Amino acid sequence: MDRTATISGKVSPEGTPGTLPQPFVVIESGKPLWHINLKELWQYSELLYFLVWRDVKVRYRQTAIGVAWAILQPLLTMLIFTLVFNQFAKIPSDGVPYPIFAFAALLPWIYFSQAISRCASSVIGDSGLITKVYFPRLIIPLAAVLPPLVDFCCSLLILFAMIAWYGIAPTWALLAAPAFLLLALLTALGVGLWLSALNVRYRDVNHVVPFIIQVWMFASPVVYPVSLVPEKWRLVYSLNPMVGVIEGFRWAVLGKVPPHFGIMAISGFAVLASLVGGILFFKRMERTFADDI
Amino acid sequence: MSDIAIQIEGLSKQYKIGVAKQRHDTLRDHLMGGLGSLLRGNGRPDPIDDTIWALKDVTFEVKHGEVIGIIGRNGAGKSTLLKILSRITDPTTGHAKVYGRLASLLEVGTGFHPELTGRENIYLNGAILGMKKAEIKRKLDEIIAFAEIEKFMDTPVKRYSSGMYVRLAFAVAAHLDPEILIVDEVLAVGDAPFQKKCIGKMHDVSKEGRTVLFVSHNTAAMLNLCQRGILLSSGRVEGQGQMPEVLRQYLSQFTQGNVFQPSQGIRAGDRRATIEHFEVRPNPLQTGRSAEFTFSIHRPPSNKGDLWVSLAIGIRSEEDAPLLKLHSSDVGQEFPISQGRTEITVRLEQLPMAPGRYRVNIWMGTGQFPIDGIQDCMQLCVEPGPLVGDRYIETTDYPVVAPSIWERTI
Repeated sequence: MDRTATISGKVSPEGTPGTLPQPFVVIESGKPLWHINLKELWQYSELLYFLVWRDVKVRYRQTAIGVAWAILQPLLTMLIFTLVFNQFAKIPSDGVPYPIFAFAALLPWIYFSQAISRCASSVIGDSGLITKVYFPRLIIPLAAVLPPLVDFCCSLLILFAMIAWYGIAPTWALLAAPAFLLLALLTALGVGLWLSALNVRYRDVNHVVPFIIQVWMFASPVVYPVSLVPEKWRLVYSLNPMVGVIEGFRWAVLGKVPPHFGIMAISGFAVLASLVGGILFFKRMERTFADDI
Repeated sequence: MSDIAIQIEGLSKQYKIGVAKQRHDTLRDHLMGGLGSLLRGNGRPDPIDDTIWALKDVTFEVKHGEVIGIIGRNGAGKSTLLKILSRITDPTTGHAKVYGRLASLLEVGTGFHPELTGRENIYLNGAILGMKKAEIKRKLDEIIAFAEIEKFMDTPVKRYSSGMYVRLAFAVAAHLDPEILIVDEVLAVGDAPFQKKCIGKMHDVSKEGRTVLFVSHNTAAMLNLCQRGILLSSGRVEGQGQMPEVLRQYLSQFTQGNVFQPSQGIRAGDRRATIEHFEVRPNPLQTGRSAEFTFSIHRPPSNKGDLWVSLAIGIRSEEDAPLLKLHSSDVGQEFPISQGRTEITVRLEQLPMAPGRYRVNIWMGTGQFPIDGIQDCMQLCVEPGPLVGDRYIETTDYPVVAPSIWERTI
């Protein structure tokens, strides 16, 4: 209507009289990929909280033994691994009793495998939200890697019990354990971002993920020590970030073999690369989520 | 401070259709052809033209405090427009500028989880719609009261009846308070009393001076709620202006309905004379306005003698419940039918049918004896109209309405 007011803000590129205040939101196509609005992500932190809260609450509803699953699953896996890989296959365990050697690796591993498989199906799992409401889409994969932490914490109790049982004295290294857990989280997120975005277009991902997880476990020192890997392959081997995570976590808990600095550096770099790549790829794909899902 | 709330310029959205869109793409599908979601569910591939403009060069402005109705037939681009404004999908070209906090309500109960309780779902759904936790906490009692489900707040919603579910979902949505609200068809849910409550709530919202963009097929609600209307047709803005004006333009797009289709119905009678045609005027019919029904009757020259007939029209609900009978002998009238063509018209001053779709049976006979009778000879469409003044009658549970005189007697 009255457009005599002075120009405030920048003149809009379309050449319309620039009398309007800065818009709250401009909706257009082709926003740059690196345009990640951290302030907006922060504004939606409550949604992140509620999505995590939902998944945690729903997780064990209508199950007979509930949270006990979080303890039983790693415990039974540990027993089987001890039987098969230690008793039958005679795999060494760096001078630590095999059950705790395996269990210390299983905790971050089970967390990682749960996080990555949830993350991979997270976007299509919440298609109802994607097609009906706006929020930064990154929230969804982010919310998917957090709930398995609850299971992790539950099984931590077993780990402490086992440490006491085997009479292992905790060292200062224990303080570093959360850092390795964070590394596992970032790894799951980095790879999960790729998978979740790909999954929107190609449901093949659903079939591939269980296979990836299985192969990945044998490519990580879960059932065997790193010392079993030939020296000349170590470098390539440690491109797998879970090598650093598991070696580090084992060291933090059992305090025996400190992780090799080179391995940690390479693992860390691999995580960073997959995370940055994952975010960019996700941002590129999210534009058409609502149309493709 | 400017008075513009939303400024839309040259907004277009293109979808690829091409190779039939599959709900679950596989890599192979993608390698072989395009993607698109517009014609989801339409499994017929169209190898020639594989793109479609769901929106084309849409430009308009919405001022603060305006309540705007967007109308158009299915596939006109209404939902696409709302999706773009809600930032769910990006436009292909053009842009929209939004001045103010915008919330969209494209569905009620988005993100409801069946395993969670009513209370838990209020928090979850509220957060999804963009409310802060503190805000939800503050409005919790109000929401529960609006939904009328106090007793079931701690029951998982999977045990709710569909009515309770919808009430809870709408209650949360109704307590959003953004500066700009986008609403799609949510009034189409629930039973009639609930729809009434929703419309009442929408009324309140629009009275509060909030900006509302509103899509509905409920034309009566649109008329009552919106000042301005925008008519979309095949992705373009076909008209905009005062709501009644735009609505008239929209209604004129309808040509199906109210067309004589005797081939669909069952036919009875000895056919000494036949009903050749049956016509309804005006088209579309409106509640409370005058209506004319014309029978065109043909009697072959070979049929000799006098023939006096009475005529009848029966209007039935879509579920085939009898609703209204117009019978010429009820008002003491019979007509002589001569050889050749005869036309007989019955006129109603005020059509007493509420807006909706109905089935029509017509009948011609002598006494009880049928000469020609056709069941389901047309689908009758009645659009909203006023009984008195400009009070438009909305779709209700009750299909029959009549002008009435009310006065205080004590």
